[in-house]
Amino acid sequence: MRNSFLVVLGAAAMLAAVSGCERPPVETVQTGFRGLGMEEVINPRTDASKTKNNIVPAPIPAAPADGPLASSVYQNVQVLKDLNVAQFTRVMLAITQWVAPPDQSCNYCHGANMASDDRYTKVVARRMLQMTRHINADWKDHVGATGVTCYTCHRGNAVPKNVWFINPGQSTENGLTAGNAGKNKPSTVAGLSSLPYDPLTRYLLEDKNIRVISKDALPDGNPSTIKQTDITYALMIHMSESLGVNCVYCHNSRSFAVWDASTPKRTTAWYGIRMARDLNNNYLVPLTATFPAHRLGVLGDVAKVNCATCHQGLFKPLYGESMAKDYPELQGPMQQHTDVPATAPADGSPPGGPPPTAALQGDSK
Amino acid sequence: MAEYQNIFTRVQIRAPAYVGVTLPRGAWVRQGKGAFIHLLGRFGDAQIGPIYLGTTGLLSLVCGFIAFEIIGLNMFASVHWNPIQFIRQLPWLALEPPAPANGLHFPRLQDGGWWLMAGFFLTSSVLLWWLRMYRRARALGMGTHVSWAFLAAIWLYLVLGIIRPVLMGSFGEAVPFGIFPHLDWTAAFSIRYGNLFYNPFHCLSIAFLYGSTLLFAMHGGTILAVSRLGGDRELEQIVDRGTASERAALFWRWTMGFNATMESIHRWAWWFAVLCPLVGGIGILLTGTVVDNWYLWAVKHHVAPMYPHVFPPVIDPATLTGAPK
Repeated sequence: MRNSFLVVLGAAAMLAAVSGCERPPVETVQTGFRGLGMEEVINPRTDASKTKNNIVPAPIPAAPADGPLASSVYQNVQVLKDLNVAQFTRVMLAITQWVAPPDQSCNYCHGANMASDDRYTKVVARRMLQMTRHINADWKDHVGATGVTCYTCHRGNAVPKNVWFINPGQSTENGLTAGNAGKNKPSTVAGLSSLPYDPLTRYLLEDKNIRVISKDALPDGNPSTIKQTDITYALMIHMSESLGVNCVYCHNSRSFAVWDASTPKRTTAWYGIRMARDLNNNYLVPLTATFPAHRLGVLGDVAKVNCATCHQGLFKPLYGESMAKDYPELQGPMQQHTDVPATAPADGSPPGGPPPTAALQGDSK
Repeated sequence: MAEYQNIFTRVQIRAPAYVGVTLPRGAWVRQGKGAFIHLLGRFGDAQIGPIYLGTTGLLSLVCGFIAFEIIGLNMFASVHWNPIQFIRQLPWLALEPPAPANGLHFPRLQDGGWWLMAGFFLTSSVLLWWLRMYRRARALGMGTHVSWAFLAAIWLYLVLGIIRPVLMGSFGEAVPFGIFPHLDWTAAFSIRYGNLFYNPFHCLSIAFLYGSTLLFAMHGGTILAVSRLGGDRELEQIVDRGTASERAALFWRWTMGFNATMESIHRWAWWFAVLCPLVGGIGILLTGTVVDNWYLWAVKHHVAPMYPHVFPPVIDPATLTGAPK
């Protein structure tokens, strides 16, 4: 009697141990050809909490399309020159709702003189508006027609919850003890694995080669090492965690490398990596001197974007609901009915182009 | 009335401690007279000792201790000698092999030299222990089957840790000493070389691994099932088949048409167990040296089946003109 009780207890303990952190029910949905294990894993319970955290705020009523240009009424309008006053005000209102801390509201960016660039937050916000328009106009390969708004990342926070800094790791103890090779501690970026803890600097800031797998069956001089594979692996886990998906959402795990066995989502993700790299190098890094020290990382580097910044655990940010469609002001230069269209382009940085930020940084001080 | 069972024995048979056969001249002597521990008797033999350490055993323990200390102290240093963090992060910590750029040079201690030293002492320890097993078997007048089986495992360990890295020209190809890190290494190894599941020697190794567990369960189950008829006296039954043997054999002939014998089942089990690391080691040895992408190798040789496409065609965006870098 006592023995069978122990057996039952042991079996229950074993079940608890192997079932891991996510308790059932877990549902799987087949996505690829049958029998290949191409399936998405869905947990209704965690989905419920995700749904709750990803509710799109009601759009602010659209602004009338006529009226004087904001740049002719307000001073020091550098980016939103193409908007009329109503549209301009609508964007300011939206930013206040989406980004500014409620207790500071307009004051978060503006002082008594609204036109002044005294506050760093205003200088950053201006650049972020350019970035938003740049994403919506030039990165359709990644964001599609859904587009992005400030809310996609900010969600009511002055600084988006999911930003990253260069992670130098711990200093080594002293000259003679072994280094950790940038890994072998719980990596928050890579799902708390022991994989490298900073794959993002290498791939989303620098453009090191992500691909490690050979294109030929036999050795063909591919110099990629297993340690390099570890870093690629860490980036992939970061993507998986950021999107709440498994490997086979994009890849066919029989061959991670082969494109024609992959799902079309891999293409979208490929552009996403380039997009994050572009935004980090051309929009965020140039703002480094603009930010006060307490907004910077331990190495004095600026907060940067990764997959989680927008996705926040979902395969599509906000479940793919488009907020940007309600905000044509954030899509790119607008055509005005009443006035002559603005001649200067609001946003002049193509992907990979030189950062047009030198003047902005000059303005900030 | 007490009941005798084979596992979780409730009855412990006690006889005067057995001190072993006479040792050949010149060897160390056995230490102690043997003692009985009731708890051990619950699932095995209650007798502990007499103990024989010998030169190889002593040297093996010393080398093993040195390797253990090198690995452990470097792990401890990596959490700044904080005992709490050492315990908390232990599964993540590792002693890492040298960087790939180091090639086959002997690096500074902090750049992988400790890893090489730990590997040297661990290898010495394992090989000395092998020698000890071989010699102890000889001293007892036994066959040396166990030591050769152990050598099969050592072969796999040496392929992973030194033979393949040397052939690849870099110590950086070797496995880190660490709990999670060595598992990550395994996954990364398979990814880098295009999916190890298409490596036929890996397939064989898995077959022998699973086969071993199957044979273990079949044999263990059979013997327990006929032990009430004297089937646990396996060795006697090899030469003098009794009703237990007959019934066990008939049982397997009835259920699957064929049966091993009391003798051959142990050869089956020994070979399955030995072949698992033996062919596994061959598979590892060929990876990166002879084959660089096992999936493409399997496609080339029509091993990997092709499946219908269910997604629209996907092409590598990097090959498109005008795509971002």
